[in-house]
Amino acid sequence: MAKIPGLLKGLGVTLGTMVETVTKGANTVQYPHEKETPPIRARGVIALHEGNCTSCMLCARSCPDWCIYIEGHKELAPPRRAGGKPRQVNKLDRFDIDYALCMYCGICVEVCPFDALFWSPEYEYSEPRIADLLHDKAKLGEWMETVPEAPDLEAGAEKKGKK
Amino acid sequence: MLGLIASIPYWAQSLLRVLGGIVAVLLPAGTIVYVFLFKMMSFMQSRLGPMEAGPFGSLQLFAEVGKWLQKEDLYPERADRFIFKIAPLIVLSSTFLLVAVVPFGPDAWFTNFEAGVFYALAVSSVSVLGILIAGWASANKYSLLGGLRAAGQLIAYELPMVLAVIGVVIQAGTMNLQQIVVAQNAGSIFGWDGLGNPYILTQFVGFVIFMIAVQAELTQTPFDMPIAESELVSGYMTEYSGFRFLIFFIGEFATAGVFALIASILFLGGWGVPFAWFGWTSIDSIDNWMNVVGPLIMFTKMMLLVFIIMWVRFSYPRFREDQLQRFAWKVLIPLSLVNIMATSVLKVAF
Repeated sequence: MAKIPGLLKGLGVTLGTMVETVTKGANTVQYPHEKETPPIRARGVIALHEGNCTSCMLCARSCPDWCIYIEGHKELAPPRRAGGKPRQVNKLDRFDIDYALCMYCGICVEVCPFDALFWSPEYEYSEPRIADLLHDKAKLGEWMETVPEAPDLEAGAEKKGKK
Repeated sequence: MLGLIASIPYWAQSLLRVLGGIVAVLLPAGTIVYVFLFKMMSFMQSRLGPMEAGPFGSLQLFAEVGKWLQKEDLYPERADRFIFKIAPLIVLSSTFLLVAVVPFGPDAWFTNFEAGVFYALAVSSVSVLGILIAGWASANKYSLLGGLRAAGQLIAYELPMVLAVIGVVIQAGTMNLQQIVVAQNAGSIFGWDGLGNPYILTQFVGFVIFMIAVQAELTQTPFDMPIAESELVSGYMTEYSGFRFLIFFIGEFATAGVFALIASILFLGGWGVPFAWFGWTSIDSIDNWMNVVGPLIMFTKMMLLVFIIMWVRFSYPRFREDQLQRFAWKVLIPLSLVNIMATSVLKVAF
């Protein structure tokens, strides 16, 4: 008997939600017809800025799923100043992320010391074949266009310069 | 109207009755599934439900039926095949037997059975056999547990249902469902006959007990212990697929509709409108158009009652097995016995 007010309240919640859905619309989105804009920091897909990558392998080694494949070789680049020694640079041959394995933890983006990896909020890249989820260097580079500008820092969060 | 029926040959009458029975079972079942299971449940969870098949997903049910029909007819290796195959049919046949006694209008009935209430309560328990058979024949421990739970639950909740109906029978003084309808609509409340005398007013306790027992008989949440999906996979339905599952599914929602029809007859005045509105005095003086309007009134009342059943289903979590049995034996049955005593005392007093 003591439980009856609670039971009636429960019925009221479901009925209220029903009326709200009918009058104001549902909380859900009819996906293929209309799309939600993901939040700016959404973890959709990882983009690669190839020029920044030094193939240091930190991302591949820290990946919990071992879904990043990197191959590279060393090359001699012309010297910066006339008369200098040719520089040795790391050339990236292969940079693949297997999105069939990736668990979207973002550790690779965090550990990258040269800002070569970025999160993009794009999420529509499902494939009929699982092998096609292996995104190669070119495809990861294309995702760079979808990476949003980093949001402004909060007030007072600017780095204080040394005096 | 009766003359018209007599002029049709017997075989055509039987054919019409069979077709009418199929319509009376499948039409409410389909409507209930679309309106309540697909749409109302979705709205209560702040989503839209099926929207792709047909306008507002209204053809979704046909898509689902098509999907079930093309599935392979699987049965477990150690199952008792014959029994396994007929179990869903037994469950569905109880629904068809039940609808045979429901009056839809002054002349629109399948059988005008004197002991209609008795018959309805008796055949409604046939489905227990089907469920128990399904649980046993599946050769699966989850199915068996589900079947046993269902049997225990249905037997426990049949008692309060029968006892709740006895109050109505005492008040109407008849077990004929047609005459129960007439008694309500021809009745009056202390001389005022603008509303007839629907028994929901005098038998409100009986109505509440009956609806709770119906909820349990249909194994709808909060009484869905027999098919508790988090512990028993799907109870006695675990091993069924394809069109045998479809038959269980139709049986579940068609029975919900038929029980709501019977509840509307017992407590809400069935197909009738208060006779005083049109100056009718007895069942013979009712105009013929009631045979068309009556089923529509019944359908409206059925939808109202099914709305309550489904509303409760979508709102509450599941009873534990011991709570469920305790609720039946320690609360509902004593309460319905008290209701019967009070009804008989008042019947004699007035």
